[in-house]
Amino acid sequence: MNIQEMAQDIPAEGEHAIEGVDFITSGDQYLTFLLAQEQYAVDILCVEEIRSWEQPTKIPNAPSYIKGVINMRGIIVPIVDLRLKFSIGEATYLETTVVIVLTYQSEESTRTIGFVVDAVSDVLNVENGDIKAAPAFGGCVGQQYIDGLINSEQKVVTILNVNHLQKVEKHRLHS
Amino acid sequence: MSVDLSQFIPSFLEESFEGLELMESGLLDLQRGDNETIHSIFRAAHSIKGGAGTFGFDNVTEFTHLVETLLDEMRDGRREVSSKDTEILLESVDCMRLLIEAARDDEEYDQVKVAQTSKRLSETLGNEPTSVDESLIKVDVEATNICGYTINFIPEHSLAKTGNDPIFLFSALAELGQLTLCADTQDLPALTDIDAQELYLSWQLTLHTEASKAEIIEIFEWVEDECLLELVPIKAPSNTSASLSSTTSSSTIKNDEQQTEPETSQKSIQDIEVQPPETELVIEPTIEDENIISKTKTKTKGKAEVGSIRVGVDKVDSLINLVGELVITQSMLSELGNDFEMEKVERLTSGLEQLLQNTKELQESVMRIRMLPISFAFNRFPRLVHDLAIKTGKEMELVIKGEQTELDKTVMEQIGDPLVHLVRNAADHGIEQSAVRLANGKPGKGTISLDAYHQGGNIVIEINDDGAGINREIVLAKAVEKGLVDANAVLTDSQVYDLLFEPGFSTAAEVTDISGRGVGMDVVKRNIQALGGRIQVQSTLGKGSSFKVHLPLTLAILDGQLVKVGTETYIIPLIAIVESLQIDNKLINRVSGDMVLYRLRDDNVPILPIYQLFNLATECTEIDNALLVVVEADGQKIGLMVDDLLAQQQVVIKSLKDNYQQVAGISGATILGDGSVAMILDIPGIIHMALEQAQQAQRVKTDGNSSVTAEVCL
Amino acid sequence: MTKVLVVDDSNSIRDMVSFTLKSAGYQTVEAKDGQDGLTKAQSGGFDLVISDVNMPNMDGISLCTELRKLVEFKFTPILMLTTESSTDMKMRGKSAGATGWLVKPFNPEKLLATIKRVVK
Repeated sequence: MNIQEMAQDIPAEGEHAIEGVDFITSGDQYLTFLLAQEQYAVDILCVEEIRSWEQPTKIPNAPSYIKGVINMRGIIVPIVDLRLKFSIGEATYLETTVVIVLTYQSEESTRTIGFVVDAVSDVLNVENGDIKAAPAFGGCVGQQYIDGLINSEQKVVTILNVNHLQKVEKHRLHS
Repeated sequence: MSVDLSQFIPSFLEESFEGLELMESGLLDLQRGDNETIHSIFRAAHSIKGGAGTFGFDNVTEFTHLVETLLDEMRDGRREVSSKDTEILLESVDCMRLLIEAARDDEEYDQVKVAQTSKRLSETLGNEPTSVDESLIKVDVEATNICGYTINFIPEHSLAKTGNDPIFLFSALAELGQLTLCADTQDLPALTDIDAQELYLSWQLTLHTEASKAEIIEIFEWVEDECLLELVPIKAPSNTSASLSSTTSSSTIKNDEQQTEPETSQKSIQDIEVQPPETELVIEPTIEDENIISKTKTKTKGKAEVGSIRVGVDKVDSLINLVGELVITQSMLSELGNDFEMEKVERLTSGLEQLLQNTKELQESVMRIRMLPISFAFNRFPRLVHDLAIKTGKEMELVIKGEQTELDKTVMEQIGDPLVHLVRNAADHGIEQSAVRLANGKPGKGTISLDAYHQGGNIVIEINDDGAGINREIVLAKAVEKGLVDANAVLTDSQVYDLLFEPGFSTAAEVTDISGRGVGMDVVKRNIQALGGRIQVQSTLGKGSSFKVHLPLTLAILDGQLVKVGTETYIIPLIAIVESLQIDNKLINRVSGDMVLYRLRDDNVPILPIYQLFNLATECTEIDNALLVVVEADGQKIGLMVDDLLAQQQVVIKSLKDNYQQVAGISGATILGDGSVAMILDIPGIIHMALEQAQQAQRVKTDGNSSVTAEVCL
Repeated sequence: MTKVLVVDDSNSIRDMVSFTLKSAGYQTVEAKDGQDGLTKAQSGGFDLVISDVNMPNMDGISLCTELRKLVEFKFTPILMLTTESSTDMKMRGKSAGATGWLVKPFNPEKLLATIKRVVK
């Protein structure tokens, strides 16, 4: 497989270009982003688009971490604020605040959901052996959302499971 | 060459079902007696039989053959049309439908029913043996030592007039084996007497082949009445062929002199002589036939029905035209945008207006593709009423109006069952027995009418009957008995009728009860609501009842009223809106604590602030300045308090479920002109929510717990 | 190229016949009933007509009679598609000027083999 072909395999980028991406790799690629000062990553093949923050349309009686829905080329896409969902940092909306739109295709359906994060940082090339299991000690992020940890230089990056992120819990409405 | 027959099967199924409907409606009309109708019924059966045979649905062919035979007798006048026969034929149509559906879904069918009907059909036909022309098939198989035939073929002079040309017969024979032929020109008249359209030749052919006599006769099948044909078997071994071929060549020379015969025939005759085909290539059509049929069968199996719409060419053409216009507008606008200056703003405005017009027309045209006349849904009712009349022993007729009214295909498919319920109820419980009717001064024959018409952006379907009407007191008594209403409650007529749609109002065990209209009526209502529609009941005791079903024309687009609540824009479906008004302070009444009612003429309408229901921050929480949009669902009116009324427009409905989930009080979302998303309110859902909230608040209060808001805000 | 007029009110049969013929290299023109067939026949240049018998508007027998009145169709082979193999039907076809008939059910192979008896 040559470089061009690999480049085409990368999903289309959104408004923010991801620079310095090294395509020559044998492992998987992950898009890393920041929640407060912590590094998280998702499988880059699930990334549909990266958008700047815009005020979505509210969904009545939705939990606070669901900010609403936006129109992405005619598709109604819900927006989840990961900082609120995982209670990490503060949910402030600045110019650098971005929304990573992830599409996950499961057997029964395809879901597209946007996640609000503080900033997008990098693309990581990861060999399968580099992913380590996360210690089962509590934290803000539930175990089901975590696929593993990677050491990147001095820092630890948490790989999130897109499939689980996409499962918007059926929040009960007041009844 | 092999052709995959399975690709034609969906279209065969579609036209078969259409044919069945045609047969059914024809049969129902037939009682009045009409030769043209019998013909069309026959034609439909005939087509189904032909197609079924071709596509390998043998049991359909077999069964339909009986039906066709019976119809044929009626068509020829050999049999009087009797109501008994019509009943058998109607039953047969059901069976054919069963068989075709079973073939489509590759499932088992009710074999007992088919066998019974089949037996009845045979009995009706008087067990006449089906006299298919067997003479051709039963050609005696001769001894094995035959290696060919000498064929004397003397065609009538007029043979060519039916388009037959002996040359093709000969080349077909040549495919069976080695053919030599000898033309006899003795009938050839003098050159001046020759009619160019006549055939004066006859032939003696020698065919060395392993093919049976039947196969050879089959080739002459089309001309056997116009010729003398003799087949003499040639016993092997034989050397007659040699002598024959020598005579043949001499006759060919004679042929050359005959100017009247077409050029081509002579050449071809020579071709046959020069290139005798190899005998090994004898085709055995029968074996291959079977193979192909069994192949098709396996391919059809497990093939689910794919929905399709047959669209008139005119509709497609209009779309193409509109797209053409759109392209022109687009290029005009992009040219304008290339170097835009302020003085061109007028052209821009008119260009945009044109774009708006194009888009609107395009939208309408696209929607029109999905629109079908409601006759597709009404078609089954004549049969239903016919059957119900027999079953209930009542006299009734069905009157259908407005069957050309168009409706979205999806809506049509889903409204069928609720309508059947309503018609069945009208027949079961509305129409009285003739004696009762006559005693009440009504015609002995009851009338059920179905009517469809457009009203605004909706379609209204009316189901009326001139029966007994709904007895308000009985309904009410029953509702009280069931605990659905308080014994002391004062209800309007429409509220009483709405009780019919309450789940559990009536159970199947009480079908015979006068008020048994409630059978499955809750399901009817739910189905109609699921389509975004509503149902109204009117009834006059002793005169009859009327059920009006209001439905949106399509599920994809909705006429909406845009309203502002705080920073949010919501869409209220126009179909649900009764009226919108500025709140008049004097008409507000606070009752039983915190319930706010608005006096709308005679009605007291509860006011429901949307911001409260949806937990929104809004500047305008004062009832006094707000606007009230009075909506109605389930016969319940409520006033939605909004900050502002914006435009009315058509919106395209998008599901929230695709990427999120169902939201209470919201039926979907749409994208507005500025690209933002707006929620579409689900009025029945909101009323339901409000009722639950009120009940909960009441419960909390009686429990002495005051933290209502905490519960609501989660 | 051999040009064939295919007349049948049943879409599936008409499609099947037309598709089979096209696959075998024939050119086809389709008509949905006898009346339509007669109209389309005017465009001319047909080497063969294959028509259903039972059709609305104009049945195959009448179509055949009408076509034979046209000079151009005087000798053009006309095959009737029929489910009836009765002598009566054949007589009616013949007297209307039909060249021959194809008894349904038939399959593509049979169709092609049969029409070879009337056209190249």
